[in-house]
Amino acid sequence: MGDFDFGVIIQSLPFLGEGMLLSLWLTFLAIIGGIILGTLLALARLSGIAPLSLLAAGYVNLIRSVPLLLVLFWFYFLVPLALGRPIGSFYSALIAFVMFEAAYYSEIMRAGIQSVRRGQVQAGQSTGMNYWQIQRYVVLPQAFRNMIPILVSQGIILFQDTSLVYVVSLQDFMTSSSIVAKTEGRLVEMYVFAAFVYFVICLTGSIYVRRLKERISV
Amino acid sequence: MIKIDSISKWYGDFQVLTDCSTSVRQKEVVVVCGPSGSGKSTLIKCVNGLEPVQKGTITIEDQVITDKSTNLTALRSRIGMVFQHFELYPHMSVRENLCLAQEKVLKRSRDEAVARAESLLNRVDLIDHIDKYPGNLSGGQQQRVAIARSLAMDPIVMLFDEPTSALDPEMINEVLDVMIELAKEGMTMMVVTHEMGFARKVADRVVFMDEGIIIEDRPTADFFGNPESDRARDFLSKILNH
Repeated sequence: MGDFDFGVIIQSLPFLGEGMLLSLWLTFLAIIGGIILGTLLALARLSGIAPLSLLAAGYVNLIRSVPLLLVLFWFYFLVPLALGRPIGSFYSALIAFVMFEAAYYSEIMRAGIQSVRRGQVQAGQSTGMNYWQIQRYVVLPQAFRNMIPILVSQGIILFQDTSLVYVVSLQDFMTSSSIVAKTEGRLVEMYVFAAFVYFVICLTGSIYVRRLKERISV
Repeated sequence: MIKIDSISKWYGDFQVLTDCSTSVRQKEVVVVCGPSGSGKSTLIKCVNGLEPVQKGTITIEDQVITDKSTNLTALRSRIGMVFQHFELYPHMSVRENLCLAQEKVLKRSRDEAVARAESLLNRVDLIDHIDKYPGNLSGGQQQRVAIARSLAMDPIVMLFDEPTSALDPEMINEVLDVMIELAKEGMTMMVVTHEMGFARKVADRVVFMDEGIIIEDRPTADFFGNPESDRARDFLSKILNH
């Protein structure tokens, strides 16, 4: 333990950097996809059309009762079966994250939509706008703005969760660190370094969220 | 122009409107007043279908609002409405507030919509605030913008739901002045308000409501000069004697 070797970290930085790029890219795409799908789920749930809202509620509750790891496995094995051809671990992981996160984002967006005053909808209606126009131009922009801090917080959690793609052998930052740790026999250095990097990124994100909250509440 | 024919409305078991009938003719200004909780705001929200009714019919220019087959969306674009809490869109500038429905509903070009917005803002004396956001305006200014937003749709009738109730006293007149101006120009108006001075000055008729029932529906001078019911007399004495 006395010989903590920074050399191995510096040496493998390019390799780790590639892993980090994949982690960030996966997080980014999953956030975008998750928010879009989550918003649609929230709209379905609040639509007042019974079959639609039941379906959305069922989906959200099902996904939220299942471990993320399981969802990752599902899509890794099921999507190729359904499509009849392999799609690679990146896309199966991306689909899994989007489907999984959408359930959480839908709850956030639902709260956001409900935070917009009813009078805003009535104002839209009274000028002759239809349901979709009111959602698109009046309700969702406000719902989104009210929820930005929580959406970002959820994004930070998602970033940490991407380390689970380890199980479908996708080379994200965590997997890359682990590969170096094992091949170089430097477990302590690599896992400490990986933890440090996750810590710095997530702390930065959290500070940003706090700033956002302060700015919005003013 | 507006014909309300024996409508009733319930929230669950609670009846908010009971067999209400009245009408508004073209170019007429009708003030609806009454104690709070009397159902006057609910009544006016039924007129453009924001609130559904369970019994009776409402007709606007031969279109039956209460009929399920009526295209409410299209009809509403021609009925202006001003709300107690303004309901400007807080995430949009004054200009965008005025242009949104013009462009999305009336399909006006950007230039047309902006030109109309500017001329209306000139009229309510707020052209200098066109780039501001609602949060940076006073209540009175916001309500004048809201009136301009409704007028931008070239409505055939304007509905006002307690337009001055949420305002500080010193801002009430700037809003009433705009409304008086509108009435003089011949706009058909239905106004829920406690402002009896306004009613006296511009209303052709006053509808007095209590507990969801229309108690009096009479020409303005008659209503103020000689209210028929005890409830209206009581209401007037409370509201006028201070």
